[in-house]
Parts: sequence; structure tokens; C-alpha cells
Amino acid sequence: MRIVDRRADPAGRGAVNRERFVRRFKDDIKRAADEEFSKRSITDVGRGGRIAIPGRGLKEPFLHHDSKTGNRDFVLPGNRDYMPGDAIRRPPGGDGQGHGDGDEPGEGEGRDSFAFVLSRDEFLSLFFDDLELPNLERTRFGEVTMERTRRAGYSRDGVPGNLSAPMTVRMSIARRIALRGALADQLAELEEERTEAVEDRRSELDEEIERLARRRESLPFLEDVDRRYRARAPMPAPATRAVMLCLMDVSGSMDERKKDLAKRFFTLLYLFLERKYGKVDIVFVRHTEHAEEVDEHTFFHDPQSGGTLVLPALELAHQIIQARYAGPDWNIYIAQASDGDCGGDDGVKSAAFVSSHLLPAVRYYAYVDIPGSTGWFQRPSDLWQCYETIANPAFARRQVHGRNDIWPVFRELFARKEATV
Amino acid sequence: MSAAASVSPWDARFVGRPARPAAKTERSWTKLLTKPALPMRGHRIERADAPIASGSEWTVPMLERFDVAIAAHASRRGLKTFPVQYEVITANQMIDLCSTVGMPMHYPHWSFGKQLVSQERTYRTGESGLAYEIVINTNPSLCYLMETNTLALQVLVMAHAGYGHNAFFRNNYLFQQFTQPDSILDYLKFARDTIVEYEQRHGWREVEKVLDCAHAIAHYGVDRYRKPGRLSARRERERQTERIKFAERHFNADYAYLYGTRKQDTTADEAPFEPQENLLYFLEKSAPKLAPWQRELVRIVRKVAQYFYPQRLTKVANEGAATFWHYTLLHDLYDAGQVDDGFMLEWLANHSDVVTQPGFDSKRYHGINPYALGFSIFRDIRRICEQPTDEDREWFPQLAGREWSSAVHFAMANFKDESLIEQYLSPKVMRDMRLFLLHDGEDDRAHYHVRVIHNEQGYIKLRQSLAAQYRPEAHTPAIVVARSSEDNDRALLLHHRVDHGRLLDTDAVDAVLRHVKELWTFDVVLEEVDGEGNRLKIHRT
Repeated sequence: MRIVDRRADPAGRGAVNRERFVRRFKDDIKRAADEEFSKRSITDVGRGGRIAIPGRGLKEPFLHHDSKTGNRDFVLPGNRDYMPGDAIRRPPGGDGQGHGDGDEPGEGEGRDSFAFVLSRDEFLSLFFDDLELPNLERTRFGEVTMERTRRAGYSRDGVPGNLSAPMTVRMSIARRIALRGALADQLAELEEERTEAVEDRRSELDEEIERLARRRESLPFLEDVDRRYRARAPMPAPATRAVMLCLMDVSGSMDERKKDLAKRFFTLLYLFLERKYGKVDIVFVRHTEHAEEVDEHTFFHDPQSGGTLVLPALELAHQIIQARYAGPDWNIYIAQASDGDCGGDDGVKSAAFVSSHLLPAVRYYAYVDIPGSTGWFQRPSDLWQCYETIANPAFARRQVHGRNDIWPVFRELFARKEATV
Repeated sequence: MSAAASVSPWDARFVGRPARPAAKTERSWTKLLTKPALPMRGHRIERADAPIASGSEWTVPMLERFDVAIAAHASRRGLKTFPVQYEVITANQMIDLCSTVGMPMHYPHWSFGKQLVSQERTYRTGESGLAYEIVINTNPSLCYLMETNTLALQVLVMAHAGYGHNAFFRNNYLFQQFTQPDSILDYLKFARDTIVEYEQRHGWREVEKVLDCAHAIAHYGVDRYRKPGRLSARRERERQTERIKFAERHFNADYAYLYGTRKQDTTADEAPFEPQENLLYFLEKSAPKLAPWQRELVRIVRKVAQYFYPQRLTKVANEGAATFWHYTLLHDLYDAGQVDDGFMLEWLANHSDVVTQPGFDSKRYHGINPYALGFSIFRDIRRICEQPTDEDREWFPQLAGREWSSAVHFAMANFKDESLIEQYLSPKVMRDMRLFLLHDGEDDRAHYHVRVIHNEQGYIKLRQSLAAQYRPEAHTPAIVVARSSEDNDRALLLHHRVDHGRLLDTDAVDAVLRHVKELWTFDVVLEEVDGEGNRLKIHRT
């Protein structure tokens, strides 16, 4: 007999079979993951999750009897009061289940669909069409530093609000102990001198002793020197909060496909920022001729029609930043997705506005151009051309044609930043 | 009533042995637990001063001490087992193991992955628990203990799997005949390496296609009446290289076309074709267009299926024996004062969950519980030996008054489910389980008809019917290869031997025949033939 403790063995021996399963049903799983993706909000995409794929392809066929044919005898337990010759009405639907045939082991639940849990990595790899999970290094974005005050011990001066009562009292006790001790020494000295002194010298000493004794009794409870104030010193600290502004053109020309691509891009950016900052605020700004801030569902799913003006959205974004995310402790990212339509001088004005107002405030501005899929000739869009004039390392623009482009474009956008830092 | 109908020839030597009267020993039992219904006889057990351990926490040295104690009781009871190796594993490892039918090593296949993901989900969401134990028919026997089990459960598993199942594996004739516990792990490693190699050489899609096809007919990979050759990874490897060498020697591009256009030799077909029930073997040897490596894959599936074949036939007997032995051995521990009352209460609660048989009208009813049926049968064998009633003397003259452990060992060694029930299902068990027989006939599909119940008139019929229910044909339709390539279309003809007019499920047949055709390449026809040779239904690919 031998007892072997296998608990420390590397886990995941089943991984090879799991991988084969995912590989075989990749199309089904991808479809299910896509569906799941469209149902999820951006912030949830990164988690793995339960998905269900159609069960038909999963069946492993085996020969078995058709329960509707032939004669069959079967023994059941738990007879109550049946006697030979009794007839029992066949229960609706059931055909005397449980006598063993037709039950494929392991096929228990899910006759028509097969549910299981995809891990976060599996989900993301399907989501980005088999592209690797972004494994960007944290240092790619230089750490933003801002001043933040920290506690720095106690000081002798400060505003009354920062007065530290315990510390002050402690100082007062110390002062009184010290003074009392010094006075006691002096008194003892005088007493000694008095015993040996002559008459008139003695009365002089008495006076002196009385004065010291009185002083010892009346040491003040608090003096100015006792006061201690909590001190704060400025320290450099990385900003830990981030906000991501999603700007999207929702005019008639942005169809579901383009919105889906945009959503994937936004999601990727979100996942990336989330890995870096832990908590990321998201603001959704959509625009046609005018801009408005909306919630996520409206942003992606509410169809709009009308022309396109970009500038109002940029202005609104600027207002939002000023109102809510001003100050040095916010890392601001803007991701703009559009099919590049803009009329008249809107594009020029927008580009100017981005340069003058937005870029100074943000960490990074990514513009994703999603051209229509139809034309054989890909003419650069109007907005694309206008943005060409912006020369700022914090600004980047890329074109996305299909799902496969998302990750390379994303990578490029952020890799470029690295080169300039 | 005569029991002659149910006494097999090899029991004849016990017939007529005078039955010893049962000793009525009423002993007062002051402990919390009542003694098992059957007081121990003939064994003086020395009582230990203190239990080996108590509480629910366990440590490895503790389990070692328990194993020594169980082993002592088991050898006193005459249990012959393989040496046992316990492996402590985590829940995740248990899920991994369950997905590959319990084998610590198996060739990779998506169906195992499917098992894995569904098990993982049901376990994580709390829909289902995990197996307490897995024991593998190897030598030494591998017995898995899950780390989350309490002490009492671990000891229960050790007695159940490490001694009960282990003894069954070692002694049962089917396992002796169809499995090679010494070499199975070696063989599975060979299978895994081979399949991984083929995947690299021929592409995983091709390999998977062949495996899927072979899996669809994995139940038809055994010659039931012929003892299979021994399993040896080394010999398999030698065979493989020999086959490659042969092909190399005979390869000559200049003459290849001659072989390609050679006329089929038709004289061979004139010899009467003997029906074959080992479909996988037939395809491996005779499928016209399979490449050697594809035949090799079919062979691997067949060999692995053959290893699991006895398990399908001995569910009741195997679980019954293991449950009977853990029940007996743990009571032995208690009688020897090696465990305390709390320990007993804990495992007994668990034990009674396992051997519960819900009635047919209960929501929890999922067929006859093999643990319940098997345990009742084995326990009744002991009861009949020790305290036979008049009824038992009439039904089981060979058992009444006999030394019980030898009777139990005999029952473990020489029977499968079908014959065990046929031989040993006693009227008392039928009454206890309140068995009754329903008939579902073509004449009246709206009703089930109660044929017999657990009374004098019904016992024999009930017993025969229940035994028939455990015949492999009851679950796995009997298929044979009736003929191959009689004419130019090279069709493969399969016969389903129809039993009681029960035909095959058409959808399943379609799917399976598609897979068979994949291996056979040419048309496959499946005829459903009744006892008189009438064709009832013909399926074609």
C-alpha cells in the first residue's frame, strides 16, 4: 500500500481535451460568443462566461432501440398496490424512462443546447478573432505623475483644524514633568543651603523656596510650545483614475457593422485601460448634427438618422472634461469612431478644436476611421483628411475595415506612442 | 415451488448439503448503534483500546494506519486483491479524471473535452457533485481519494474502492478474461503517443474523423465468446514498425499500377461468410480503403473499448460487491473498537444515500440503482447463509447454512449482472424492493400492463425478466456483419437481430451508418432481421 499525494501536481491535464473541444466547435462557439458579446456591456466583455452552443453537432451517435416499437418487459421497484393484470395509463411524454436505453451518459442536460463556461482568455481570444490578448507593457504609457500630499509627521505650526490633541497633550505632560523635576532639584539645593545658612540669609532663602514651590504648583497645563499640528508634505504620485470618452458618429451612414467594429475597438481600449488603472469611467457621446451624452445601450443600439457634424461632439466632450474630469488626477483618453463623413468646414474646425482644446487635456486621442465596405475604391474620408493636419504625439488615427483589423490597429496606435515617448 | 429452474449445474454440488440451523444470538447492544442485522459469528475480534482516529480531519499517516487495519480485516475475510496505491487529488483533478472515463492517461479527443466542460459547469454551479472515488482496474490498483472528503468518507472509499472493487477486478472472470490490469496504463500511453504522432503526420482533422467513426461503434469491438489476446504496448509498437517495413519492402513505383488494376479475386466470396459481431475488428482488417495508420486508430479504439467491456456487464455485481465489502469491513473496524460512533454515523448516513432505491413513481427515480440492487443481493447471500428461512432452504439449498464468505467470494468471481440476478435474486429482496413487472406491448401503446408482482406466482418470472434486462442486448442492439462485397458495389451488409420486435431508432442508425461508411468507403446497408429471417426494415446510407 502506498499513499501518494497528487494535489501539488500541475493542474489542467484536461486542458488538452478542452482545447480539442473548443477547436472542433470553434465556429459554433464563436457564434455563441459573438451573441453573448453583443448582449454584454463593454465593462463585462472581459470576463469569461457561460455560453451555450447548439447541441446537434455534439451528439456522439450510437445505436439504440426505438422505444416505440416492439414488445418490452421491464421491472420497476416500489410497487404499491398493483396486481397482475392491472393496466396503467402511459404517462404523457414519458415512455417508462429509466430502464436504461436511450440515455446517453453525460448528455444529461441540454438536449438541444450545450452550455459550458468559457474562461476569460478563451472568450477574449474568440472575441478578437484568435488574436492574442493584448499583452502590452505597463510602461508603454509613461507614468503620469501628479502632486499629492501625504501625512508627514507633526509640525509646530499649522492651522487650528490640523491641531493634534493627543500629541499636544503628550507634549504638555512631558514639559510639565521636565520642569517639575528641574524645580525639585533647585528646591532640594535651597533646602540644603538653608539648614546651614545664617539668620537673615535664611529668611531670604525661605522666600526663594516659597516662590519656587508656588511656581511648581502653578505650571500651566498648556503652553504655546506644546502645540503640535498634523503635517502634510507634497509627494509625487501616479494618477490612478482614468476616464475614457467614447465619441461615435451615429448618423444614418453608420450601420450595425460599423457600430460593431467601433464597439470592439472601444472594448479593447477599455480592457487595456482597465488592466492599467483598475477602475475606468466611461462617457458615451454620440452625435449626428448635434451631440448628446447617452448611456451605453443607447449609444450602441439606438438608431439615429440625420447629417453629421463632428464639432458639437468635440465641444461637448470638452465641456464634460472641464466639468467633471478637470485636474491633474484624471487620465483622460478619447476614442473617436466615425465613418469619416463631415460636411463643409466642419472637419477643418474639428481638427483645429482637437489641437487647441482637447489634446492639451488628454493623455491620448485615438481616431478610428471605419470606411464603408462597399466601394472598391477607398478614398480617404473627409474627416481623415482634415485630421491629417494634426501633429501631436498624443493623437493617432487609423482605418479599420474589418474585425481582423481591430487588434493590429490597436497595437499600432499604442505602439506608435511608445516610439515617441 | 421448486428452485431447480434457477440452479445452475455448478451449484449442484452444494445441493443436498445439510443446512445448519441458524443460531439465534440475541445480544444486548448498549452502544449508540445497533449491530448490523447479522451478528458476526465465529470470529473473535480483539478490541482496540482507542479508535485509530476520530473527528473529520485526516492526515496521510492516519489513512495509512486505517489501511493497515482494513487490510487485516480483509485478509481475515479472505479477500484477494491487487496491491493498492491511493492517490490524494483535488476537486479539479477529479474533474479531469472523470472526463477521461477515470483513466489517468488517455488519448486526447474532443469528446473528453466535452465531458470536461459540462462537468466543470455543473460542478461549479452546484448542479451536481463529484464522484467520491475512482478506482482503476490496474495492477497495482489505483484508487483516488478526493481531498475534500472527511476522514470517515476517505476510509469508506478505501474500503469500497481499494478493497471491494479491487477484489472484484481481480477475481471476476470477465475482468480476468477481457482486461489486462498489468499493461493497460502502458497501452494507453502507447495509444496517446501514437495518436499525437498521427495528428502531426496526417493532420488532426483526419485523425479525429477516424476516431469519431470508430467511437460510434465502440460497443461493437468485442468478440464475446473468444478470449482476446493480451495487451502489450511493446508488441503493438513492434507490429507497427513491421507494418511500415513491409510496406517499404513492397513499394515499387514502377509496378504500382499493376496492383491498382488487378481484377478482384471473386472466389474468396464464395466461401460462406460467417457473421461477425466484432464490427471494429472486421473494419480494421477488411475495410477496403483504409490506410494503415487509420486501421491502427480503429484498433486502438477497439482495444480500449474491450478494456471497458466487463464494466458495462458488471455494474450491479461490481457495485454491489464493493458496497457489501465496505459495509462489512467498516463494521469490522467498529467491532474491533478501531472507530468510534461518530465515524459510524457519518459513513452510514452516506452509505444509506448511496443505496437508496426511490420507487418508480418518485421524482428521483432514475432506473434501478445498481448499488441498491447489488448490495441487497450480496447482503441477502450472507443472510441466507447465516439465518436461512424455510423459503431460503427451498430456493437456495446450496447456500443455506453455508459459510457465508466463501459463498460471497464465489458470487463475486463467477457472475456478471445477468447471471448474478438469475442465480441469487431471492424472494426476500424482491419483496423488499417491491419489484413488479410491466409489459409495454404493440397491441396497447396507451397502457402498461402489470404482468407479475412480488408474490409466489411471480418470483421466477420477475427474476428472469430482471436478469434479461441486464443482458447486453437489452441496451446495445445486436449487430453483426452479415456479408461484405458480394457483388461489384462492395456494399457492407449489417444485420440487426431483432429481439421482441424492437427496431432501431432511425435517426441514430442514419448517423451511425454515416460513420461506418466513412470507414468502409462503400455503401453500408443495415437490415433488421427477426428470428425467422424476415427483413423488417432496411436502412441504407
